[in-house]
Amino acid sequence: MARAISAAENDPPVVQAFLREHSQRLGRARIVGITGPPGAGKSTLTGCLAAELVNRGFSLGLLLVDPSSPFTGGAILGDRLRLPDIAQHPQVFVRSMSSRGSMGGLSKATSDAVKLLDAFGMDFVLIETVGTGQAETDIVSVADSVIVVAVPGLGDDIQALKAGILEIADLFVVNKADREGAEKTERELLHMLKMQPSSSGWTIPVIRTVATKNEGIGELANKLLAHYEFLRESGLLLRQRVARAEQELKDLLRSRMMQEFERLMGPALYRDLAQEIVAGEQSLYDTADKLWQQFLVRITQKGGSASD
Amino acid sequence: MERKIRVLVAKPGLDGHDRGAKVIARALRDAGMEVIYTGLRQTPEQIVTAAIQEDVDAIGLSCLSGAHNHLFPRVVELLKEHNAEDILVFGGGVIPDADIPGLKAAGIKEIFTPGTSTQDVIAFLEAHVRR
Ligand SMILES: Nc1nc2c(ncn2[C@@H]2O[C@H](COP(=O)(O)OP(=O)(O)OP(=O)(O)O)[C@@H](O)[C@H]2O)c(=O)[nH]1
Ligand SMILES: [Mg+2]
Repeated sequence: MARAISAAENDPPVVQAFLREHSQRLGRARIVGITGPPGAGKSTLTGCLAAELVNRGFSLGLLLVDPSSPFTGGAILGDRLRLPDIAQHPQVFVRSMSSRGSMGGLSKATSDAVKLLDAFGMDFVLIETVGTGQAETDIVSVADSVIVVAVPGLGDDIQALKAGILEIADLFVVNKADREGAEKTERELLHMLKMQPSSSGWTIPVIRTVATKNEGIGELANKLLAHYEFLRESGLLLRQRVARAEQELKDLLRSRMMQEFERLMGPALYRDLAQEIVAGEQSLYDTADKLWQQFLVRITQKGGSASD
Repeated sequence: MERKIRVLVAKPGLDGHDRGAKVIARALRDAGMEVIYTGLRQTPEQIVTAAIQEDVDAIGLSCLSGAHNHLFPRVVELLKEHNAEDILVFGGGVIPDADIPGLKAAGIKEIFTPGTSTQDVIAFLEAHVRR
């Protein structure tokens, strides 16, 4: 399994072959995203939730995604630090991943890793991502249930949270409830949720936890299981997964078309043209039109990649 | 996609300082590697489980407590038990010169003592990690 996930990161054809072979085994795992601001306690909470689910007899894979340095591509993946014990359990598999150049979002490798863990028969896949920028919206396109972790004392930040995060949360956690202001944060969240009830008919719960003391985790697990039941019974699970597959299909075809385009048109394609655009010799739109016409000619002449 | 070198940096033993380990972790990251940092007081069992699940190319062990003669070889031994001896193990920390031959004989590929530049560690990994 560990080697398979490395292949997801480095050698896509191997993974594609594997996933092709096991396509009937996919779609059984329940996929859970855990996101929230840096330092909110996501890793600690993920560890507690994992332990709770294991105690209830589930097997699980944990994917801990951290952003990588945009300059060197290197990364320090430190989330594992918070869950040394649960990682030893035979029913648990933990893997750290960097977001590898996907602009802070989740990479294709992450969604392939989710599929691999699913194919290997994991009951749950938990994905931790830090809730900044692209990753938090990407998580919706991968996960069945999204847990958003907030902490007390966000104050005005709650308002900022509202914009992006309210729409993606299926469950809210107020972690660090041992700190002052937990009730206030909980009240504010509940108030916001009342103003903007979810359209699906699911009542988004707000759960107070103290991850460092393992408090509130049982309730979180109950609500998580309840959400999955809700998704299944309402037919939403199927609809979400169909929408996800449609998106993946489009993404795949889009990147294939782009590859074919660049293959037919040759490398070093853009640089000179871009210089002309900047120098004002050509307009962006004319350049694109011209390239597109050339491409259409070449693809009809050569008949695309099938002919070579 | 380019294959990145993945390194687990761990601190077995009971001493409570991980400054050296963090310096190495940062240097490796800046050299474009992916570093899984597991922090203080790891048992050899935890380290080996993590290394296998994370499918790393190398494990860097840092130890200041003097227990390296026991802990480092134990990690190598456990890797063998799990058929993962292709993972390269290197060590650092306060290690007397007299101990180094013994550690190398036990399968630790290289020992970096205080004063080694992080460049040496990077060069070592780039040279020895299977590509
Ligand atoms: N007081 C208190 N501290 C907590 C709680 N949960 C986590 N912490 C502490 O908060 C700090 C950050 O915890 P992490 O679990 O690493 O948080 P994270 O959200 O995963 O952090 P990043 O992945 O770096 O964004 C650690 O020092 C934890 O011990 C809690 O319920 N109460
Ligand atoms: Mg974390």
